[in-house]
Amino acid sequence: MSKSTFYTSIGYKVLMALSGLFLMFFLLQHLVINSLSVISPDAFNEASHFMGTNPLVQFLLQPVLIFGVVFHFIMGFFLDLKNRKSRAINYSYNKPSANSSWVSRNMIISGLTVLAFLGIHFIDFWIPEINVKYIQGDMSGMHNGEFRYFHELHEKFAAMPRVIAYVIAFIFLSLHLMHGFQSSFQSVGIATSKTRVAFYKFGNIFAIIVPTGFILIALFHFITQH
Amino acid sequence: MNLTLKIWRQKSNTDKGSLETYPISDVSEDMSFLEMLDVLNEELIEKEIEPVAFDHDCREGICGMCSLYINGEAHGPDRRVTTCQLHMRKFNDGDTIFIEPFRANSFPVVKDLVVDRSSFDRIQQAGGYVSVNTSGNTQDANSIPIPKDDADTAFDAATCIGCGACVASCKNSSAMLFVSAKVSQFSLLPQGQVEAKERVINMVNKMDEEGFGNCTNTGACEVECPKGISLDNISRMNREFITANVKK
Repeated sequence: MSKSTFYTSIGYKVLMALSGLFLMFFLLQHLVINSLSVISPDAFNEASHFMGTNPLVQFLLQPVLIFGVVFHFIMGFFLDLKNRKSRAINYSYNKPSANSSWVSRNMIISGLTVLAFLGIHFIDFWIPEINVKYIQGDMSGMHNGEFRYFHELHEKFAAMPRVIAYVIAFIFLSLHLMHGFQSSFQSVGIATSKTRVAFYKFGNIFAIIVPTGFILIALFHFITQH
Repeated sequence: MNLTLKIWRQKSNTDKGSLETYPISDVSEDMSFLEMLDVLNEELIEKEIEPVAFDHDCREGICGMCSLYINGEAHGPDRRVTTCQLHMRKFNDGDTIFIEPFRANSFPVVKDLVVDRSSFDRIQQAGGYVSVNTSGNTQDANSIPIPKDDADTAFDAATCIGCGACVASCKNSSAMLFVSAKVSQFSLLPQGQVEAKERVINMVNKMDEEGFGNCTNTGACEVECPKGISLDNISRMNREFITANVKK
């Protein structure tokens, strides 16, 4: 496959879809680990410590994930801008709701909301974690003689504004996934008349279950300390 | 019925253009939309006003010439019809109807409601054909066995009339539905296999060159297509484009 293949409209679609599918897989494993915080704080601590200190995760998967996130957002902005330019004069009267869903037309809005949330999420968890591990050099994962991960997560959700922000962000993530999931299979050419409905239904289930899971975890930690 | 028409008037490609208001009365619900515009133009000519320019030819939904963005939708509010097949019974007495040209940078306005869709012709010329020896010994197409499903799907794709409603309806002005139909109608048949790789690569490259936007799978094109061309064709074209480049 030549380099120029990716500089085509279909090449962009495929790259967007592949990065999106990768991020959806990441979301799923993130949810599984976070769910442990509800079931067993010890299991959550163990899993967090493994993910936070394993060299393969830290120095291979984490950079790939960061690249995937940055690539997906930059490509999203680039394509949105390019697409807007393809119609210099807009219709005076347009009725897009007659032929397409709001979520499919406004991926940039749901995507920007998720991006704003990622900013908060990085400030809340990722930057402090990097600070402790790689600036202060403390790889033990301990605080006052016990693993710190569960307490850090639990305490973050004491503040209602943060919980509300998380809930809003995950609602928009759900909207983003409702279109993004089935759309990615169309973009890579897997969807057919026989499989499209299945991708659509499974995508909706994924788009509801995964964000709802994150919302319930945030609510669990909020409720259990009030 | 009595109607108020808000019609896009634009003297030439370089003119700015604007919506002009024209009241029209005694419109029969049995008229087609184009016949209603014919009546309006008769009235405008009588009043020594420049008639509204619009594209039309066969007036039976086959040629793909008529376009028009009517009340916010390509070919108007009805489904699976072209503008020439749209009847005034779809509107109500007293309605205001907005009529605009298909809008996309790749479909520049020629005059009023007429747009230049020759970008579609150039995409076709880039690969939308099968090279057949026509020197007197052409093989009968029916002598080549083709599975019924493939023949039906290829025929469905071939019903695309190239009207441009897909581009007009798409928020990105993407031509993927049109191009994918033209790719599919050949790639599903044995006769189209020989040039399949070059076809899909050349047609997609030409589509991009013409300045159409990227498909974001909203599905608006399929809904507004007067021939019901399926999104399956876009998925098939994506698949073919990827494999053609891998095997290049």
